[in-house]
Amino acid sequence: MKHLSEYRDSELVQGVLAEIRRTVTRAWVLMEICGGQTHSIMRYGIDQLLPPEVELVHGPGCPVCVTSLELVDKALAIASLPGVIFTSYGDMLRVPGTGRDLFSVRAAGGDVRVVYSPLDALKIAQQNPEKEVVFFAIGFETTAPANAMSVLQARALGIKNYSALVSHVCVPPAMHAILSSPQNRVQAFLAAGHVCSVMGYWEYPPIAEKYRVPVIVTGFEPLDLAQGILMAVRQLERGTYEVENAYARVVTREGNLPAQGVIQQVFTTCDRKWRGIGMIPASGWCLRPEFAEFNAEERFSVRQIQPEESPLCIAGQVLQGIKKPGDCPVFGTQCTPERPLGATMVSSEGACAAYYRYVLIETGQ
Amino acid sequence: MDEEQKTLDMEGAVCPLPLSHGDRIVMGHGSGGRLSHELVEHLFLPPFDNPALRAGDDAGVVQLAPGSRLAISTDSHVVTPLFFPGGDIGRLAVCGTVNDVAMMGATPLYLAAGFILEEGLEATILQCVAASMQAAAKEAGVSIVAGDTKVVQKGRADGLYITTTGVGVIPSGVNIGGAQAQPGDRVIVSGTLGDHGIAVLAARGELGFQTEIESDVAPLNGLVSAMLSASPGVHVLRDPTRGGLATTLNEIARQSNVCILLDENSLPVKPGVRAACEMLGFDPLYVANEGKLIAIVSPREAQKVLDAMRAHRYGKDAVSVGEVQAVPSKRVLMKTAIGTTRVVDVLAGEMLPRIC
Repeated sequence: MKHLSEYRDSELVQGVLAEIRRTVTRAWVLMEICGGQTHSIMRYGIDQLLPPEVELVHGPGCPVCVTSLELVDKALAIASLPGVIFTSYGDMLRVPGTGRDLFSVRAAGGDVRVVYSPLDALKIAQQNPEKEVVFFAIGFETTAPANAMSVLQARALGIKNYSALVSHVCVPPAMHAILSSPQNRVQAFLAAGHVCSVMGYWEYPPIAEKYRVPVIVTGFEPLDLAQGILMAVRQLERGTYEVENAYARVVTREGNLPAQGVIQQVFTTCDRKWRGIGMIPASGWCLRPEFAEFNAEERFSVRQIQPEESPLCIAGQVLQGIKKPGDCPVFGTQCTPERPLGATMVSSEGACAAYYRYVLIETGQ
Repeated sequence: MDEEQKTLDMEGAVCPLPLSHGDRIVMGHGSGGRLSHELVEHLFLPPFDNPALRAGDDAGVVQLAPGSRLAISTDSHVVTPLFFPGGDIGRLAVCGTVNDVAMMGATPLYLAAGFILEEGLEATILQCVAASMQAAAKEAGVSIVAGDTKVVQKGRADGLYITTTGVGVIPSGVNIGGAQAQPGDRVIVSGTLGDHGIAVLAARGELGFQTEIESDVAPLNGLVSAMLSASPGVHVLRDPTRGGLATTLNEIARQSNVCILLDENSLPVKPGVRAACEMLGFDPLYVANEGKLIAIVSPREAQKVLDAMRAHRYGKDAVSVGEVQAVPSKRVLMKTAIGTTRVVDVLAGEMLPRIC
């Protein structure tokens, strides 16, 4: 495919990797923020080609993984209500809540539907005026514009039977949280290209400055990733900590201003609990009060739920780059994509799922 | 961001209790992936256990008299929509079973068809489907010799379901099965991957964009017969339907206790299928095919088999995509486009589009 195959060109990738090997003199720990990048790294085996000095740890940028258990449980409760059509991005259906997932709710008779966009959910609401249609609005800055747009559209079209269960999270507060943790190992970030295509990278210089970490806006193809890693290693070796853009074909400094405008119009900053990590202040977006009528949490009074977590899985530490999936004692044995103990094993962006799918790890089975 | 950001308050390692999906059937049980496999292994095999079933091939092989072996297979078809670019449920129902029988090296002879009809289904639709079935049966050289019809109340079925059962005779000297792959063998696919799955998704209007991809649904017994005439070196035949090439190769790797190493650069995928997969976050390795086969062939005979395949209308794009190794056994690996090696696992449950 034009404009894609060249970023998967073996010779070009090998050239950049050779430059990384020539540049590096000592050990560095880099974190790729986005789960899409983690999957790309594992799928192409880019980690296999890096010199041993360069260690990649995997970040929290998997929206499915960090959606709090309370919200997943709320989704399960709402989806189980009669008269509700619960719509969600597909990845969310297999995420375990307390004791069940959305697939189980569907198998038990709930009307749970996979949509590709919240605007599809809106269409379902128009076609089913007698039903309440709820959209599970999860995600980082990437999905926020479309999710916000669905609320604006619902208002503009007078669609009363549509609401959103909002669980938006933002990247910069997570970077602060990771870097200020005493267990932090991260010395440079590969910032998430898709998030930056919406938000730009004007938010990152204060982070780079404060924690003295280079931040490289990075794409998802092998050549993008190799280039991002090279730029990060060069800065680390030089001792600089600047924000650089290795994904200029998609990302500009200011980002997509109309999309940011839509986000601002509909959402406001709020504290958000991240699954496996904990409460991060001012790390999420929720609906502004003037859009409260579209807030599923207010529309449906689901009883306070008692989320139940198991001590077996180490997703929290994986999401913060402290541990890797292979360090988990139940990886590939008690925890598999069919029977996930944690959301990181579920999602097409989860680090554990990436390792399970692409990396040969002896599980003792 | 607040400059006074406090040290992160760690909750420790948190994760929910495991879900077994053991007490109810979920859609993933029908995906052809690992959940489907577990359903067969744990629920169906224990009560029905016998050698033919336990072999785990596309068709069960039974011996009537010395030298007279039958391959028997059955397949239910529940596709939505009933008509899609390149085919329809009728053609699918005939080809699916014909192919399963043919994958044992058998010559398919007779089919039986069961119809579950939803009240209100237009008779003309059923007529079209029946005509399409007959056309496919004629092409495959089989006769539909028995049938059954049931009607269920409106809302209890999605228009029309068809189950077909087929029998075929395995010529003497032919010994093909999923357990026959040997280290050194070549892995051949008969054409491009993922056409059927993407064509059906597009026909459902679920892609959100137009594509000209047509389903590849076709009877493959003619192709198989050409291959077997050309060479005695065919060890395994399998049609990679649900779960795609990746899932089917994993089944073979397990049955034969070998490793299959694919070469990413050699995988044939149409640009339109690749583009659709890129947009949806699917991998063509996991997308269904209905008119393609995998052949695992002794290295000395591979070229002969490839030549025979390329001379047939349903094998003209046949290509070698990898080889069989001894270790790591029961695994499928892939040499990636940039020269690294990764695991190719089976599909876990339903194939889900990504979020962003």
